[in-house]
Amino acid sequence: MSWEWQVFLNDDGSGRTYLEWIIQAWGWTLSVAACAWVLSVSFGVVIGTLRTVTKYPWVVLAGNIWVEVFRNIPILVQVFLWYFVLPRIFPSMQHWSGFVLVVLALGFFTSSRIAEQVKAGINALPRGQGMAALAMGLTPLQSYRYVILPMALRVILPPLTSESMNLLKNSSVAFAVSIPELTMFAMQAQEETSRGIEIYLAVTLLYAVSAFAVNRLMAALERHLQIPGAGSASGSDKAAVPSISGGH
Amino acid sequence: MGGLDLSFFSYEIISKFVLKGLYFSIALTIGSTIGGVILGTVLALMRLSGRRSLSSIAVVYVNGMRSIPLVMVILWFFLLMPTIIGHSIGAETSAFITFIAFEAAFFSEIMRAGIQSISKGQVMAAQALGMSYAQQMKLVVLPQAFRNMLPVLLTQTIVLFQDTSLVYAIGAYDLLKGFVTAGKIYGRPEEAYLLATVVYFVICFSLSSWVKRIQAKISIIR
Repeated sequence: MSWEWQVFLNDDGSGRTYLEWIIQAWGWTLSVAACAWVLSVSFGVVIGTLRTVTKYPWVVLAGNIWVEVFRNIPILVQVFLWYFVLPRIFPSMQHWSGFVLVVLALGFFTSSRIAEQVKAGINALPRGQGMAALAMGLTPLQSYRYVILPMALRVILPPLTSESMNLLKNSSVAFAVSIPELTMFAMQAQEETSRGIEIYLAVTLLYAVSAFAVNRLMAALERHLQIPGAGSASGSDKAAVPSISGGH
Repeated sequence: MGGLDLSFFSYEIISKFVLKGLYFSIALTIGSTIGGVILGTVLALMRLSGRRSLSSIAVVYVNGMRSIPLVMVILWFFLLMPTIIGHSIGAETSAFITFIAFEAAFFSEIMRAGIQSISKGQVMAAQALGMSYAQQMKLVVLPQAFRNMLPVLLTQTIVLFQDTSLVYAIGAYDLLKGFVTAGKIYGRPEEAYLLATVVYFVICFSLSSWVKRIQAKISIIR
């Protein structure tokens, strides 16, 4: 078998080369993942925090329901749900683009996993931290904002890193609703060119490079946020947070 | 509810289209859990063997599998298997091979953590009793590692069950495909997706509640 890398210089029939196409597809993958990341971290932090407010059991219950619902349905099924079913139930959603719907699906799915980590991170802190904050006259809201969350979010950075890489990989399910991202490109270009191995190798490489970049970005963030003397987030605190959360 | 009508999903339609897919999803989950744990344990032992050549093979394999999306792995195997074996195999067989190979990477990390959780004294005691390496692993280390990691292994199995829906990419007939097919034939795709969502949720939620109970039980024993 011989390589035929020049397949990437061929025209795909619409005036662009496969090389241009794969780069655009990479852009779609990164945009889907980046938008879903922002959504999932925002929701994950808020919901994970609410699940620790044991003073209001119904808030905890609502947070738990959120997590169980979004965690126990396969991501592909959730994508179909957002793309096909919800616009049928809520007609105003019919104008939303596929991109937005996939971002919502991926973002909420991942938010349930991040909420779980945030809750574990908060519970891993010594209880005295929150009590000391209240004793100093901070309101409960202030104690979360200035004492508990800054500590807890640093603790969960290592599991958040692997969850962010999972999110990037999970963005591949967007192919199922025809978002022109890398996996979609792989399937279509393989069929059109019948140079599947070259196409798949290039796509796989781009995924691996992106996952590695996410990993380095998060490591840089971790270094940047580290408080001298407060113990590194990847040190002894890590054991308190379940790091094997599954995923793919 | 937005004109959705679930009533057409009769028992006949379910048993004609969905059950076949459900059986495949369950078989794929169980088969690749067993295969994945066995291959994963081998990989974990290779990694911990202390031999450079063996452990670097395991590291490259595990990290490689973990850095690419499962959908791409499924596509890769489906593309390459016919060229390796020499004749085409169905999407279902390809899915089995893919999931064993892919999940082994994840199970190997779990088993590695499990093996490392066993105190060194256990291995030393086994050596003092004159056991060979194989005996130490088979009789002393692995049974305990397996028990310590049981909740995590079961959690991963639930994740695996959810992942089986991704065989959609190569058109294998699983639970999701069963619903999609029924929805297409009867012109009710939205209802089919909605029912699929409910079924997946019920299965995964009951399984994860069961795993939580097992976890609580095991933590009391220790």
